[in-house]
Amino acid sequence: MEQAIGLTVNGRRHEIRPGPEVSLLDVLRGELGLAGPKFGCGAGLCGACFVLLDGQPRSSCDLPASAAAERDVVTVEGLAGPDGGAHPVQEAFIDEQAAQCGYCTAGMVISAVALLRSVPDPTAEQVREAMNGNLCRCGAHGRVLRAVLRAARVRAAGAQA
Amino acid sequence: VTGRLDFAVAGVVTVGTGKVEYGQGVWTALAQIAAEELDVALHRVRVAPVSTATSPDEGVTSGSRSIEESGGALREACARARSTLVREAAARLGTGAAGLGVRDGEVVTADGGTGLTYWSLDRAAETGADAGVAGDAGAASEVGVAGGNTEVVGKPAVEWSVAGRSAPRVDIPDKVTGRPRFIHDLVLPGMLFGRVVRPPAPAAELERLGDADLPAGVVEVVTDGSFLGVVAETDAIARAAAGLLRRAARWKVRESLPDEDDLKGFLLGEPAETAVIVSRRDPAAAGDVARTLTAEFSRPFIAHASMAPSCAIARVDGPEITVWSHSQGIFALRGALAAGLGVEPGHVTVTYAEGAGVYGHNGADDAALDAVLLARAPACRGRPVRVLWSREDELGWAPFGSAMLARLSAGLGADGRIRSWRQEVWSNGFLGRPGIGGQPRLLALAHLAGGEPLPAALDGPPVPTIGSARNSAPGYDVPDLEVIRHRLLTSPLRTSSLRSLGGFLNVFAIESFMDELAGAAGADPVEFRLAHLSDPRGRRVIEEAAAMAGWPRAAVAGTDAGPAVGPGAGTAAGLAAGPDTGLGVGYARYKGTSGYCAAVAEVEAGAEVRVRRLWLAVDVGRVINPDGVVNQVEGGAVQAASWTLRERVRFDRSRVTSVGWDSYPILRFDEVPEVAVRIVAAPGEPETGAGEVAQGPVAGAIGNAVAAAVGARVRDLPLTRDQVIRAIERD
Repeated sequence: MEQAIGLTVNGRRHEIRPGPEVSLLDVLRGELGLAGPKFGCGAGLCGACFVLLDGQPRSSCDLPASAAAERDVVTVEGLAGPDGGAHPVQEAFIDEQAAQCGYCTAGMVISAVALLRSVPDPTAEQVREAMNGNLCRCGAHGRVLRAVLRAARVRAAGAQA
Repeated sequence: VTGRLDFAVAGVVTVGTGKVEYGQGVWTALAQIAAEELDVALHRVRVAPVSTATSPDEGVTSGSRSIEESGGALREACARARSTLVREAAARLGTGAAGLGVRDGEVVTADGGTGLTYWSLDRAAETGADAGVAGDAGAASEVGVAGGNTEVVGKPAVEWSVAGRSAPRVDIPDKVTGRPRFIHDLVLPGMLFGRVVRPPAPAAELERLGDADLPAGVVEVVTDGSFLGVVAETDAIARAAAGLLRRAARWKVRESLPDEDDLKGFLLGEPAETAVIVSRRDPAAAGDVARTLTAEFSRPFIAHASMAPSCAIARVDGPEITVWSHSQGIFALRGALAAGLGVEPGHVTVTYAEGAGVYGHNGADDAALDAVLLARAPACRGRPVRVLWSREDELGWAPFGSAMLARLSAGLGADGRIRSWRQEVWSNGFLGRPGIGGQPRLLALAHLAGGEPLPAALDGPPVPTIGSARNSAPGYDVPDLEVIRHRLLTSPLRTSSLRSLGGFLNVFAIESFMDELAGAAGADPVEFRLAHLSDPRGRRVIEEAAAMAGWPRAAVAGTDAGPAVGPGAGTAAGLAAGPDTGLGVGYARYKGTSGYCAAVAEVEAGAEVRVRRLWLAVDVGRVINPDGVVNQVEGGAVQAASWTLRERVRFDRSRVTSVGWDSYPILRFDEVPEVAVRIVAAPGEPETGAGEVAQGPVAGAIGNAVAAAVGARVRDLPLTRDQVIRAIERD
């Protein structure tokens, strides 16, 4: 029988018994029913499955679930504020209409949230660099860039107010 | 909803369409059209699920035709419904229709509301109490005919208040918050999970399965000829089992692929069907040529490279086959599944579920057959089976856009004007969708016992609007013109529709060649184009894009730039914007009959070719959702830049080798250009699509900008560093 492990996902603790080839993404989508992180490549090369792992953006498709034991996982579903409202980065993506098909969007939002936590007022170059692990085939990059910069502006304005 | 419109839910208008949403925003635009013509608030409009069981068959959602086709039908249905509502209200109120209006679905007079709405009159009609507003477009039109009122037309664009303005996309909030939206997110009760173990090469036969110690949770292993798949209780188990089966299986692999380093030799050497696309000969003009230029342009095979691997769900219950698919053409898929499986189409239902972005005929339809083949296994009957492709299969087995070669020659008169143009194109076909040529063309049919290799893709009638000949006739004023197409009859790699079809390479070739001709004529590239373009809408987008970019030397109306003067004017060197940087222009009217687009690119050709900025001006006729158009054009431009700079399907003599993001790189965040898009207003012109207009012009603009930057022309895509160095050494 597989070893039971505990992990915290979006603030809730879960106990799971993952099989040997079960990824964190398998657990999130398959067992916990979270549709936000997507399967894109299975090799950590496209960013569609990004989650925050102890606050850092990380692909979940190539991470064995067992490696997430006793760690804190946040998916795009877990970004909402205490009132259930969308996260400022999510609001900014909507305001800028920063998606076409949207399959990569959840991973993009995760990378952007992580960036703004460490660099609250990034330059466009810093955003491009931080988002470089997130592929987009529809070509929504310019909108995503604007959305991340907008989220930073909105937060700065909110902090001053 | 079998018709266009349904008012069964109070306060809600449900719109029926056969066109599907895959992030291009078509459902938002259709909702805007309905809200506009019905005079209801946009938030009241819902798009009904698209299914072969209930939706109008509007063919395939492709070719930038949705707004023209579905939008037109919807506009008419809504205008008729509004007219019927007003007439019925007038009869009840005992007044003339002239004084009545509609406000958010309610009939109003000068004194205010009447309580008569689409929903109240529709219910009255349903109970048979009255001949009210019919819920179905067909019925509505019959009412219209009975009333002697057949002349119902949509509002003129100048009266629009909902259409014609940017509306937020209806699907984006779900996508940024991670709510289930995609077929990949769909969880049906009792669902099983399947994976297919594809052959290791296009020409491979399964010799033996070998011994695999499969994990607990495997429900069924399906083998049929060289088709091998596995079904399990979870996707993780199915994926692990597929890996074990793959390692255990023994295949006989044949070398069937051409030499990737000699694609021109392949294209010129295979048997082909030759057709005259355009023959508009003008012997007087052809006889007045002072100088003839010739050149050859090519592109490699290009992959769709969708962000999501193809996915489908199927349930087989007795004779009934139910499929969920992200196919662009659910009716064609139903027909192909029925033909391929030898069942009656009436027993097959296909319902659309959204996938990732679609740029042509990808693996969606193939995955649907995979799912049925697994779901009909005895242990899976009655349960939905979901199939998910791997990234490797998505990049290796979805159809490709064909490699192409275009050979151009043109004659200039002594006055520097083009007298004659000849274009000859070699390519595999672009029409390989399910049902084309009466053949199902679904991948697994080639692998099943007794299966035949999939037939080569067709290419459409001999006209310059379709297939590899799309945009093969330059849109410029050329007196003597001949265009020839050679469609390859063999297809070692499977090809089908990819965004803009042959338009991408044809426009890249034409626009590159226009710059070469301009150089030979000593003319500025923008001026040279304008001098050969009498279509005012085409001239307008070129002038606009040049103005946006601050095109340096052209005498362009609406810019501050002066006329072309001084040393270097009209030569590539004159457009060098700095060391290793250059500007280039590209233009086309998509298909020769659809939307207009001009692009200016600024590139930096250092260690790598980098596109820094793109400026695009488009005229796509009347616009329903301006931000939707801009989004489509921006995305098309970025994807075209990626094709132009990077993309090339790699293969050895037996198998495709570019099956991961490391071996099939696309442009990343730090490489994508800044893109500026301007819509040139044309409210009096019919709407065209916008999703494909940018592909060719952007490639042409980048190629010309690279030539301006390095002083040598790269004619073979992609424009990699190696190609640039080769061109510099050659020139």
